[in-house]
Order: sequence, then C-alpha cells, then structure tokens
Amino acid sequence: MTDLTKLSAAALADKLSAGEVSSVEATQAHLDRIAAVDADVHAFLHVSEHALDVAADIDRRRAAGDDLGPLAGVPLAIKDVLVTTDMPSTSGSKILEGYMSPYDATVVARSRAAGLVPLGKTNMDEFAMGSSTEHSAYGPTRNPWDLSRIPGGSGGGSAAAVAAFEAPLALGSDTGGSIRQPAHVTGTVGIKPTYGGVSRYGAIALASSLDQVGPVTRTVLDAGLLHDVIGGHDPHDSTSLAHDWPSFAAAAREGATGEVLKGLKVGVIRELPDSGFQAGVSESFRAALAAMESQGAEIVEISAPHFEYGVAAYYLILPAEASSNLAKFDSVRFGLRVDVPGGTVEDVMAKTRDAGFGEEVKRRIILGTYALSAGYYDAYYGSAQKVRTLIQQDFADAFSKVDVIATPSAPTTAFKLGEKIDDPLQMYLNDVTTIPANLAGVPGISIPSGLASEDGLPVGIQFLAPAHEDARLYRVGAALESLLVDSWGGPLLDRAPALGANGGAR
Amino acid sequence: MSEITPDLVRHLGVLARIQLSDGEVERLTGQLDAIVDNIAKVSEVATPDVPATSHPIPLENVFRSDVPGDLLTLAQVLQNAPDSADGRFRVTAILGEEQ
Amino acid sequence: MAKDKLMDFDKALELYEPVLGFEVHVELNTETKMFSAAANPANDANHGAEPNTLVAPVDMGLPGALPVVNETAVRYSISLGLALGCSIAPSSRFARKNYFYPDLGKNYQISQYDEPIAFEGSVDIELADGEIVTVPIERAHMEEDAGKLTHVGGSTGRIQGAEYSLVDYNRAGVPLVEIVTKPIFGAEHRAPEIAKAYVATIRDIVIALGISEARMERGNLRCDANVSLRPRGQEKLGTRTETKNVNSMRSVERAVRYEIQRQAAILAAGGTITQETRHWHEDTGTTSPGRPKSDADDYRYFPEPDLLPVAPSVELIEQLRAALPEPPAARRRRLKADWGFADIDFQGVVNAGLLAEVEATIAAGTSPAAARKWWTGELLRIANAEGREPAELATPADVAALQALVDAGTLTDKLARQVLEGMIAGEGTPQEIVDARGLAVVSDDGALIAAIDEALAAQPDVLDKIRDGKVQAAGAVIGAVMKAMKGQADAARVRELVLERAGSTGA
Ligand SMILES: [Mg+2]
Ligand SMILES: [Zn+2]
Repeated sequence: MTDLTKLSAAALADKLSAGEVSSVEATQAHLDRIAAVDADVHAFLHVSEHALDVAADIDRRRAAGDDLGPLAGVPLAIKDVLVTTDMPSTSGSKILEGYMSPYDATVVARSRAAGLVPLGKTNMDEFAMGSSTEHSAYGPTRNPWDLSRIPGGSGGGSAAAVAAFEAPLALGSDTGGSIRQPAHVTGTVGIKPTYGGVSRYGAIALASSLDQVGPVTRTVLDAGLLHDVIGGHDPHDSTSLAHDWPSFAAAAREGATGEVLKGLKVGVIRELPDSGFQAGVSESFRAALAAMESQGAEIVEISAPHFEYGVAAYYLILPAEASSNLAKFDSVRFGLRVDVPGGTVEDVMAKTRDAGFGEEVKRRIILGTYALSAGYYDAYYGSAQKVRTLIQQDFADAFSKVDVIATPSAPTTAFKLGEKIDDPLQMYLNDVTTIPANLAGVPGISIPSGLASEDGLPVGIQFLAPAHEDARLYRVGAALESLLVDSWGGPLLDRAPALGANGGAR
Repeated sequence: MSEITPDLVRHLGVLARIQLSDGEVERLTGQLDAIVDNIAKVSEVATPDVPATSHPIPLENVFRSDVPGDLLTLAQVLQNAPDSADGRFRVTAILGEEQ
Repeated sequence: MAKDKLMDFDKALELYEPVLGFEVHVELNTETKMFSAAANPANDANHGAEPNTLVAPVDMGLPGALPVVNETAVRYSISLGLALGCSIAPSSRFARKNYFYPDLGKNYQISQYDEPIAFEGSVDIELADGEIVTVPIERAHMEEDAGKLTHVGGSTGRIQGAEYSLVDYNRAGVPLVEIVTKPIFGAEHRAPEIAKAYVATIRDIVIALGISEARMERGNLRCDANVSLRPRGQEKLGTRTETKNVNSMRSVERAVRYEIQRQAAILAAGGTITQETRHWHEDTGTTSPGRPKSDADDYRYFPEPDLLPVAPSVELIEQLRAALPEPPAARRRRLKADWGFADIDFQGVVNAGLLAEVEATIAAGTSPAAARKWWTGELLRIANAEGREPAELATPADVAALQALVDAGTLTDKLARQVLEGMIAGEGTPQEIVDARGLAVVSDDGALIAAIDEALAAQPDVLDKIRDGKVQAAGAVIGAVMKAMKGQADAARVRELVLERAGSTGA
C-alpha cells in the first residue's frame, strides 16, 4: 500500500472520492506519522482526539452518497492562532493555556463544512510574533530538513507539519511573512492572500491591518484547493472583500500547463541587491528566473524605492496594533490569572500580563505603546502609515510595468535554533522581502526554488501580484513548480532526510 | 540615540498594564533604544503631502443589518472565567475610577 | 468625608462667571448592539435581562472576535446629528481609545476621535420664562457602552472598600452617541436652569426621533456636566471639573448649582480648583472628587483597523433630514396651540420636562386637560416627594388607560388616584389593578338603591326637605351612601337616584 502521508492533498482526495482509501485510513496514517516524528519536530501543540470520529463520519456520509466537497476526508493541521471549539487555542502563549473558544474561526468552520478532518493545532511564535517559532511558550518547532534549525515563523508548526508529512494541508496566518518565510525554509508552499480575501474572524489578532489567513501545503494545487474552501466574503469580518473570486485550484491546474509563462513580465526589484542575501539563496533565485525565461517569460527590472522603509514601518504598525489587540488578555474573562494577595484588580492584571507574556511579546507591546503614546503618534505610527501609502505607490508603479514581482522569499536559509534569539533587530530584518505585501495588502506566494548550494537547505521564491490577483500567483506558481519538479525529477521534499527514529507525540 | 529611558519604559509598562521587573526594564531600555533608532527613519519620507493609509484595501460603509444573532449562552460566556459568581465575572477590589 | 464649603449662589454669581459644558451619552434603542448582533439591553424589549445573557463574542473581547457596525445605529446617529443642527461628515472614522478597566472587554473602547460623524451644530432650549437660549454643539460621535460593575462587600456598595466586584457584559457594546457642547458662556444665574433645560431638550429630541428609550433612571441618557468659574473681567477660562453620574434632570440642575457654589467658595478663599472628575451623589445632593487627570490618561487613540470609514451619501443624509421631526421650539408652539393650554399651564408641562409624556398620553386618547392634570398634577407631585422623575412612575399608555376608565365611569377621580398608586407600585395595568383591588365604581343601580333606602331609613326627613326644595339636603344621604359603598360609587349617579326617589328632577 502507498504511504498515504506522502500523497499530495489532491492525490489523496482523488483516492478518497474513488473509494480506494477511507478517510479513517488516511487520518490514521497521519496520526501514526505524528506519533512517529513529532517528538522530534514538535509541529503540534495539540493533536485532536476527535480526528478519527470526524473521519469516520465523512466515510459514512460518502457511503450514504452525500455530496461532499473535493477535499472531504483529507486531514488538516490548524495553526493555533485560529480558534476552535473542540481543541484548545493558545496562540502559542502561556496566557491562553487551555483556552477553549465557544466559537470556531470562519476558516475552521468552512474547513469542517468542506469535510476536512482537523488533526490538531500547530505550534507558532507566541501571538505570531517571530520568524523562528522559538518564541512559542511551548518550546520551539524544529525544521524537518535539519532538526537543529528553525522552521521559520511565526507559522513554523504548520510549515513543519506539512514538510514532515504529518499533514497534507495546514492553515497559517501571515502578518509580515509568517506563512511565506516558513515555506521558504521548509521547502513547502505558502500563500498570503489579498488582504480581505480570507476571513480573519476567529484568528487571534496580532496586527489587524496586516493579518491574513492562508494555506500552507506541499504543492501549489493543494494550496488552491484549500484556498477555495476558506476564502470568500465573511460578514463577520468588516475588512472581508465582497469580491467574486475565481477557483484557485482551477488557476493552479491551468498554470501547470506552463502556457502562462509565455510573455509573462516578471519584475525584479532593483533596490533588493544580491549582497543582502545568502549566496545560495540568490543563486537559486536567479536559476528559477532563468528557467522561467527559458519558457518565454521576460525579466524586467523595476524600482521600489520605498521598500527599504518597509521593515521600519512594519515594526511601528505591528506593535502599535498588537499592543491594543493584546490588551484583552487581562485575567478577567479568560486565560491566566496570577493572584496577588491583597492586591487590586490592577495589580492582578499587571502581574498576570508580566507572567503570561513572553519576552518578545512584552517587547512589542511596550514598543507599540510607545509608538502610540501622546506626543509620539505623528512621528511614529502616523509616519509609518504614510510609508504604507508610498509602498502602495511603488507597487502600483511596478504593476503598471510587470505582471508579477519576484523576490527570494527570505534572505537566508534556515538558521540555527538560538542563533538570533537574543538579537531582536536581526530577527526583524529577516522579514525584509515579505513585509511589503502585508503593508500594501497585495497577495504573495512562496514556492520552493531549490536547495542552497552551500548548505543544501531549501530556498523559496516569492511572487507578488496586484490586489485581487491571487489567481495569477497560482498560475505562475504552478507553472514554475511543474518546471522545477520536472528538472529535479521529483518534489524537493523527496530530498529531505528521513525522520522518525524517536517516535512519540505529545 | 533615541530618548528611551528606564523611567519611560516603566511608564509604558504602567500604560500597558505589565508589571515589569527592574531587570526587564533595564533589558528593554537597551533593546528598544536600538530598535527605535532603526525604525525612526520612517519620518524621513513621511512628508506632510503623503496621505496615511490605515487600511490596505480601501473600503467604506461596511455595515450589518440590525438583526439579532451570535448570542453566547451564559455557560459559554463563563466557560473560561478564572473566577465567577452569580452569573458574572469576579475580580478583586478595584482601586481606580471609572473612565 | 469632609463637607464642602459652599458660597451663597447669588454671591458666587456676583464674583464669578460660570462657564458650562455638557457631554451627554445617549443609548440608542436599536435591536442589536453597536458592533455585535447581540440583543440590545437599551431596547425596552430586552430590558432587565439576566447578567451576561446578552453577550456576543466581540462584546466580551473574546480572542478572534471582530466588530461589525450596525447600520441602523449609524442612521440614528446621523438623524441625531441633523436634529442638533450639525454638519454630517462626508467621511468619519472609528478609533480605539485604549485603557484598562474590567468592564471593558477588549480594554479599549471603540469610539470616534478626530473624525466624528457629526460636528458644529446648535440647539435652542427654552427656559421657564419662555426665553430661548442657543447651546453650541461641538460634535456628536458614535461609540460603545461598557459593561456593568457591581461592587460587593465593604459598607457602601461603592468602589472604595469593596472586597470584590462582579462584571456583567450585557451593556458592553450598547450603541451610544456622545453629544459634546462647546463652552457655554453667558449662562449666569440661569446656569442650573440651562443645564436642566438642555438635558430635557436632548431628551425631547431623541424621543421625537424614536432612537432611544431615553429613561434617565436606566442610564439611557447620562449627563456629564463641566463647570468652571472665572473672576469677572478675566478672559482666561478657569479650571473645570467634570461631574459624572448625573442621571436625572433635577440632578443636573442641582449638580451645576452645587459646583458653582463649591468652586466659588474655594476660589474666594484663595484656593485653586483641581481638574478632576467628580461624582454626583443623589442622596446627599453633593459632589465628591474622583480621579484627577494624570498622564495615565494617555488613551493612545488610533484609527480602528477592524472597521472602515463611514461615508454616508448625500442622498441618505437628505433622506434622513427630510424625515426629521420638527425642531423642539416649533413643536412646542404647535402643541400649545393644539392643546389650547394657557401659557402658565403649558409652561408647567415644559418645565417639568413632561412634553413627550403628555403628548403620548393625548395620542393614546386622553383629553389634553386630563393628560396635563395627571402628569403635572398627580405624578409630578409624587415624583418630587420621592426624588424621582414622573416618567419613571408611569407610562403614557397606562395613564391614558386610567383616564379612559374615569371617562367610562368605571372609576371616580378618587378611585383613579388609588389605581395610580397601584400603577406606581408596579401592580400592573390600570384594568388589572381595578380587578385585583376591586376598585370599580358600583354601577349596579339595585345595590345603590338598597344603600339609599338604608340611608333614608336613618334620616327619614330628608325626602321631605328635598320635596320642599332644599335639594342640598340630599348631600347627607349621598355621603352616607358613598361611605357604605367604600367610595366605590359614582356620587353623581347616587344624587340622581336620591332625587328620583324624592320625585324631584333636581335643582
Ligand atoms: Mg467623555
Ligand atoms: Zn463617551
């Protein structure tokens, strides 16, 4: 029997609908895989005790001839930033340990309605603040390619889960790169949709004007299939777009033919010099561009002069919004409470927040409080919002000349656990390529472009498209993916080292 | 150098309701100073003629019709309460005044 | 608590000029809350719900929850802005006001800051002597209410000394419009009266618009009164205090008078006024200091990223403008003419703030004279004696039903007053009280005749006296019959029957 965990979600879905395998078998295979490797990888904070029941129910419905969605019966890992009624939702924080939501996030509800089988909740940097998942209050996730290295962040758990074949599909959230940068370092696919393309309802907010939920998968088609399930207008989210979205799975299938590359104008940003990037990352990026060129794409140099202010603007807007969004964790209605004998409720709140938040969270709350405080607003938060306008203008200018913009997804391959943990500024600079899309609201995708020559670790290429043009990313991404997979003779993840000697899931 | 001082950090901790220890104040002062020095450069290009963008995708007039729904049961409301009594959340004595 | 020194009011006005300002919060009576679909406790239909039973995820700040603006609340806010003579902003925004307090689920209040929906207006108010004063309005903005805290333990039930507090989030997210005046100059000795008339006018306006239940005792309408004094001839404004928790029109008047007297005493003694919030105490008629302004009041406002600008179309604004009820002054002129009241009677209704109640009672079928009598006579007297508002005691519908029973002969005036007592005690509708208390007039002639016979037997000379033309002699019999019937007889009918017995047609 084929290893069900090695199948793409699309291939598994085909077997499920053909009746070749049951959802219970597929789910059990993934639970077994989690049991075998997650003690090493630590992608999951919680494994669902309901998964097999849900799978059995799907099998029953299929047997009864119910009309099921294309992904019905396929297991799904859910980033712990998304609230779920049947599993705890902690956002990687001690302050929410054991928290049970009375409602499901919209994307979770839609996944359940589509027959996907929630496997568990994945690890993340606390409240999605980080690029390495080392800031999880529950310990770091390890990169399946090299367990001594970071899986990226904040959604390292979701990326590692799909990279380690613990789940075919995962949900992530991307505020400044938290889907795309982990995809880059784990050799997987991640999409940050157009802002408003996927509902934020039930996603524990980090920075409301930057957060987007999106798919984390091993193939572009799988991402499209999942995006079709979770996307679309949600009246519970005021910023949700009432836009008629095309099928992203259809766009991926269309893109895989490669036709889209003929005459495609691919913009490369002049102001992102190779010097800022690890040599192997630049090399892999250039090679991917050359492959596209060979199929008729045209590489065009464009200018985005304000992108260099992106990181600074981002590290003002994010902490400011986060400082307000995280004020609700105060020990009154839910979450941790640290008692202060004889203390007032103010003392209890202040002690609880000191004890319940990790260092990075406190750092950003204090920074955000500063950026918004009287007398500083205009210089900091106000100015950052202006930089946002300038970056949007840069994008508008660029997209008047090119169809998509391409960048390396991140400056380096996976770094070692602990390597940057004590240098927040260095950690922040990791997001230089991914941040502009969040500031401007445009969609971005990261797909594997190969392995870096110097360390043999995965590298991703990022494509950015104008707002609402997510389908274009699926077409272009799928085209390059099929080109590269053909040239590699198989998916990049086939080259990842074997896991699983230690066994035992938490 | 920016003007981040230990006193400022302590004051920000009060605003943010975080009881920072002296060690935390000291560490944060240094880190924030370095970060702020780096991010203050936004003001270089944020000239008065540039409008601010609060929402990446401009929309307006997104409303809900005035129809009841979404109600939680009392059990759901209190589901995660650290402490409750008489169907309400219980907190220790309040010193400050209402706003 | 040390007792405040007060200066005589007239003396205070001689030395100082009072400058007033008001912030009135109006709870809208929409079906649902400002940012959630939870039922709105400020709508009569949901009043009195058990704690924490009108709560949606966003009202208690649950992780992941998001606000969505109630369209009806926006329309109501625009209508109120227009009724206050304000301009409606072509685009306005919500902002977060950040501060920690247990009644605030998210630890920020969604409000409006630099871009309110309505700004720059004015409202004419009418004083007891008929003089019109124009109050300048700075802005009216939309926001959400906070939850409710109950302080338990300690002796006072107040915040100080309480052992613990209980939080109910039903009120969290109730739609509010906050109306902020500009400084009001020239109020002089009429300052307390202006304060009361202003709140009464706002109340009239929101009732006429139908956008709030406007029950001050329930907190549907809440007034913060700002008072400062400056020495005569001084340009610079004095330091102001903001008195909160002033939840009746009577209290607004009293609180402003108190603050003027208190501040004047301090200034005259060479002291300085502390900029602070003060709390009004209904029981003692005094204010006490609250929180001083401090740098902890750094609310870190920023545009609410979860919500989008509100940009009402010109068409919507004009449609709402066309649907506005007439302005209060014009309305008063019309009602006075319609009801045919003498100046003094009409002014009595206005001064008591009972225009809306009298109007609604008349609309329910009561004659203007009877409606006025109940409200400014009976109900106002009882309300004053109990330190409450007449509107808290009865609804116009019940008053109209009561008068209908009088008109139908079911109740005498005296019995009707007993029924009114029952209404105030919450015993039910007038008809229910009549039934329960057995208060209906005895309209069975047989029972009356039996009682008359009994009375005549005791006073046999009465019939002769009547026949001799001394009709007033009937009074003794009527009195005896009324006594026998415990007042539950129609005296006029008894008189008719007695005269019939005497074979007289009456005088
Ligand atoms: Mg106020
Ligand atoms: Zn207010």
